[in-house]
Amino acid sequence: MPDLAAKGPELTDRTRLALLLAPALLLLGGLFLAGLGLTLLRSFRYMPALGLTEPDLAAYVAILTTPDFLKSLALSLWIAGASTILAASLAIGAALLLRQTFPGRAVVSFLVQLNLTVPHIVGAIGILYLVSQSGSFARLAHAAGLIATPAEFPVLTHDPYAIGIILLYVWKELPFITLILLANLQTLGEDHEAVARSLGASRWQAFRHVLLPMILPGLAASSALVFAFAFGAYEVPLVLGQHAPKALPVLAWQAWTDTDLATRPEAMAMAIVIAVVGLALLALVARGLIAGDRDAP
Amino acid sequence: MRPDRLRLLAALALASFLILPLLPLAIWSFAHGWRFPDLLPQVWSLKAWSYALGPRSGVLQSLGVTTGIALATTILAALVGIPAGRALGQYRFRGKGLVTLLLLAPAFLPGIAVVFGLHGIFLRLGLVGTVPGVILAHLIPVLPYMVLVMAAVFSRLDPDFEAQARCLGATAWQTFRNVTLPAILPGLMTAALFAFLVSWSQYLLTLAIGGGRVQTLPLLLFGFSSAGRNDITGAIALLYILPGLLVILLTARQITGRGAALAIGLRP
Repeated sequence: MPDLAAKGPELTDRTRLALLLAPALLLLGGLFLAGLGLTLLRSFRYMPALGLTEPDLAAYVAILTTPDFLKSLALSLWIAGASTILAASLAIGAALLLRQTFPGRAVVSFLVQLNLTVPHIVGAIGILYLVSQSGSFARLAHAAGLIATPAEFPVLTHDPYAIGIILLYVWKELPFITLILLANLQTLGEDHEAVARSLGASRWQAFRHVLLPMILPGLAASSALVFAFAFGAYEVPLVLGQHAPKALPVLAWQAWTDTDLATRPEAMAMAIVIAVVGLALLALVARGLIAGDRDAP
Repeated sequence: MRPDRLRLLAALALASFLILPLLPLAIWSFAHGWRFPDLLPQVWSLKAWSYALGPRSGVLQSLGVTTGIALATTILAALVGIPAGRALGQYRFRGKGLVTLLLLAPAFLPGIAVVFGLHGIFLRLGLVGTVPGVILAHLIPVLPYMVLVMAAVFSRLDPDFEAQARCLGATAWQTFRNVTLPAILPGLMTAALFAFLVSWSQYLLTLAIGGGRVQTLPLLLFGFSSAGRNDITGAIALLYILPGLLVILLTARQITGRGAALAIGLRP
């Protein structure tokens, strides 16, 4: 859309564009790319200040051959995978529900929006007070005569299956995906399924073959964001995670803050592993962007 | 069961699920000791609140620091993000996909992927352990968000109005001040409110770059939580979610209509 306004009398489009974009690109480049770049260099143990001028792969070899790292990697993949699948499936239901009218709809949609603004660490502590062995649910179980002592209540926080962590992510990301889907549905209009239904499709067929394909791009993009976040967030497993194996970001932080400076490159290598997962997800989502770019003049 | 009955049941389940984790925090903040297996505290008290809001807890000071950082980050992000949003929203150009990708990347990459390297750079620049350092670090998640939202705002702005103003003899500044700014202001305000919340919610970037010397609310919150002071934790948690509540009340009607970009920023 190179329009009339864009062709100001003083500046060409190119100069104008460069001037408009330069501050943001310089700032983000200076902070984000430089931060990532230095993490990468140090993961190759390139630290001239310490006399290390020969980059090598020792840090990667070190982490890939320790069971701790592999267990943490598996745990974080499990957390991110389970959270994403659960949150996305429930969000489809929530979005379809909130698209309809029912008494109290305003309250539910207010709660969905409110939840989006609650910081993760608050939710994590809330989940801790809710489902820990002396938490509110355990007290309810006691009142119902199901358990006599806290120890009899199932271990849902700091547990090997990371149930508390997954619960938090489902709680926090369900509203996020729901709002993306609702925005998506709003732009689509309402009639497509009705048309399918009137042509004889069943409820399920109308959903599976008409609605789902239409909301899929938004669902995929928001799910990818959720996965990347749940895989790399630090404060949630910090509050709700078990001692060993730790979630990968917690393990990386521990290696970075270790008094033994030799583990620093390993922390950097773990951060790069997390970055690679994030970038891979970005690449999946970005294919649409690049394809759109090719149409540009 | 009738479909509308089922719908109500589902809505009730969803609402309970959304509100449940916040309830124990609220109850704890008014509890004076709350032992297992009591369903509710035996003694209610305002002690946690008066301690939290008193001078010794550091909460008010921390509230000031957190607010200041979030305000500064938002203003910086707006200054840099408005022009970039305009470029992405109103122009088509070669490499636009790549630029968008670079701007999206920080939203996809968790803070821990960049913060170790950033700490190394900031150490050399003397920014570790300083408020300006933390503000710059917060720009990493906040700026992409601001740019994407402003791009959406500008893409709906009709450039002809500006062209007409210029034809009628307005200077570039007058055009921006009197034509462009009023048109983008509602979108800008919403973007700014949410950008504020993105900075407000940061944990890891503040922890790493602040180096323990910049004590924002979430760091204080975790401190009290791991010290087992559930009552004070509850009070701080409620204070900490207050701005989000206000933002939602202010923008309630816009959020569902404004599309995906708004929500995307609240990842980190």
